[in-house]
Amino acid sequence: MDMTQSGRFRRRWRKFSANRLGLIGFIIIVALIVFAGLANKLAPYSYKRQELSNMNSPPSRDHFMGTDEFGRDVLSRVIHGSRISVYVGVISVGMSVLIGVFIGSLAGYYGGWVDRFLSTVTDLTWSLPEILVALLMVAVIGAGVECVIIAIALTYWAQYARLIRGQILMLKNEVYVEATRSLGANDFTILFKHLFPNAIAPVVVAATIGIGQAIVLEATLGFLGLGAQPPLPSWGAMMSSGTAYLFISPWVIIFPGLAMMITVLGFNLFGDALVDLLDIKEQASM
Amino acid sequence: MTLLQVESLRVRFKTEDGYVEPLDGVSFEIEKGQVVGLVGETGSGKSVTAQAIMGLLPFVRGEVTGGRMTFMGEDLLSLTEQEWQKYRGAKLSLISQNPMTSLDPVYRVGDQIVEGMRLHLDITKTKARQQAIDLMGSLQIPNPERVYHQYPHQLSGGLKQRIVIAMGLCAGPLLLIADEPTTALDVTVQAQIVALFKEAAVERGIGLLLITHDLGVIAQLCDKVAVMYAGTVVEFGDAMSVFNEPKHPYTESLLHCIPKLGMQKGSLMAIPGNVPSVRTFPKGCRYHPRCRYVMPVCSLQKPAEIHLENGINVACLKYSNYLRKTA
Repeated sequence: MDMTQSGRFRRRWRKFSANRLGLIGFIIIVALIVFAGLANKLAPYSYKRQELSNMNSPPSRDHFMGTDEFGRDVLSRVIHGSRISVYVGVISVGMSVLIGVFIGSLAGYYGGWVDRFLSTVTDLTWSLPEILVALLMVAVIGAGVECVIIAIALTYWAQYARLIRGQILMLKNEVYVEATRSLGANDFTILFKHLFPNAIAPVVVAATIGIGQAIVLEATLGFLGLGAQPPLPSWGAMMSSGTAYLFISPWVIIFPGLAMMITVLGFNLFGDALVDLLDIKEQASM
Repeated sequence: MTLLQVESLRVRFKTEDGYVEPLDGVSFEIEKGQVVGLVGETGSGKSVTAQAIMGLLPFVRGEVTGGRMTFMGEDLLSLTEQEWQKYRGAKLSLISQNPMTSLDPVYRVGDQIVEGMRLHLDITKTKARQQAIDLMGSLQIPNPERVYHQYPHQLSGGLKQRIVIAMGLCAGPLLLIADEPTTALDVTVQAQIVALFKEAAVERGIGLLLITHDLGVIAQLCDKVAVMYAGTVVEFGDAMSVFNEPKHPYTESLLHCIPKLGMQKGSLMAIPGNVPSVRTFPKGCRYHPRCRYVMPVCSLQKPAEIHLENGINVACLKYSNYLRKTA
């Protein structure tokens, strides 16, 4: 059956690569991962090496993106910054998907008071401002990347919970669910083996776009000084410290900003393309 | 020992505005190796009966409020959900209405059969796979090794229905319930599938409860037939006797509704009135507004089940004299 398997893969790939924007998104994400993974090799300088004789210098041949107020190479810092972005984006969204999927599945499957209780918790979470939660986390565990991850995980899960709850609600009346139950399957098998794989596609899309949002949120918190602490080069923190020299050395802000914009664009484009790739509309009508 | 005995079963459902009672007085029984047809119009409670026998009512907000159900002498109504899970698939098996949607779209069909086996039988994956392929072959699935690895959307309706049958049979149940197994299929395949059902049941010596609104299927395959109207089994007995000599006025009218080739144009009968909906079941005998033998008492008194001499049970006040005589 490997033939049809690879055939299906090829068909999907063709369908996917026909979507130019999705392909661009995919390339951006791959590039981001490569930069994050090989930051040590790709960055021309160390992210904390200071060249005090060469502060706030504009982009030049030695420093493609110029240097910051301590004479650190902005390009190297942007490349190293992708590490923090990817790390925060993937881990925090991963955690919120786990929480959201678990809670949303239970709510959708069991209904009744379980649903009412869990949905209320979800709605309450939905209404929490992320920044407030992050501030609370700073108070509890101190500022840092972990603080950002926890703050995002604790607030973002609500959207995945709602999404999967709706899916499960729709799917649990499918005949194959009754058929599986008639075979003697228990709730656990029905929920996680049969409902779950059928319900997960929209969550994958939402999570992809969610990574982009999480990266922006990380930058926001970094900008406020709640995220990665110096000398770690978080994009948000770089932009924050660059504001003081906005008119002297705008490149310190522009390049991390551009990096972030392109990254988020990549995740958004890829997420949109996934809708077609995963046949989400088709599946819903099946 | 009687395989399945259902006696005056009553079921109610909780809805937004109070309770409805779709089943009130369902009685019939199945012996091993017997094919029993459950026939009735849409909304007469056939599928609810199947769900009740499978213990699936709690999942659709229903509950049994009266009557008895025994399987091989064991009381089904006292089972807990955990015990039900050991019954479903292993002792009782339900094949639901629509083969198109009875299979999970994300798994290979063969693996779905294997899943059913491994829920109940202590068997290795390799062995289960081999058994599944053998089972598929015995259900006349051509090239079972290949079909095993296909996904539901790659199969035709007839093939899907065969896979669904294989799933129903995979753990060796003693009773197979088939709920309208052929409604969704092309007429050309229907006959094949129905014959396959009978063969599969007879070969294994298990009971088959065939739920259908197709009297032709019943006449062709069933040893016994239970006729349902508005949540009540109005007549139950040997299929030949019921068809040749219907006792209940509803059965009688129903048989007049079957078109026959060579029939004079315009002579096809219809039963006047509509099937009552579950919210508006009439008092007394639920058939009385449409019955041509209606008596004043019919709107007041719910007919009890009467055992006639040729093994036929009928729920009609027309026969209450008979009851008095024998009592």
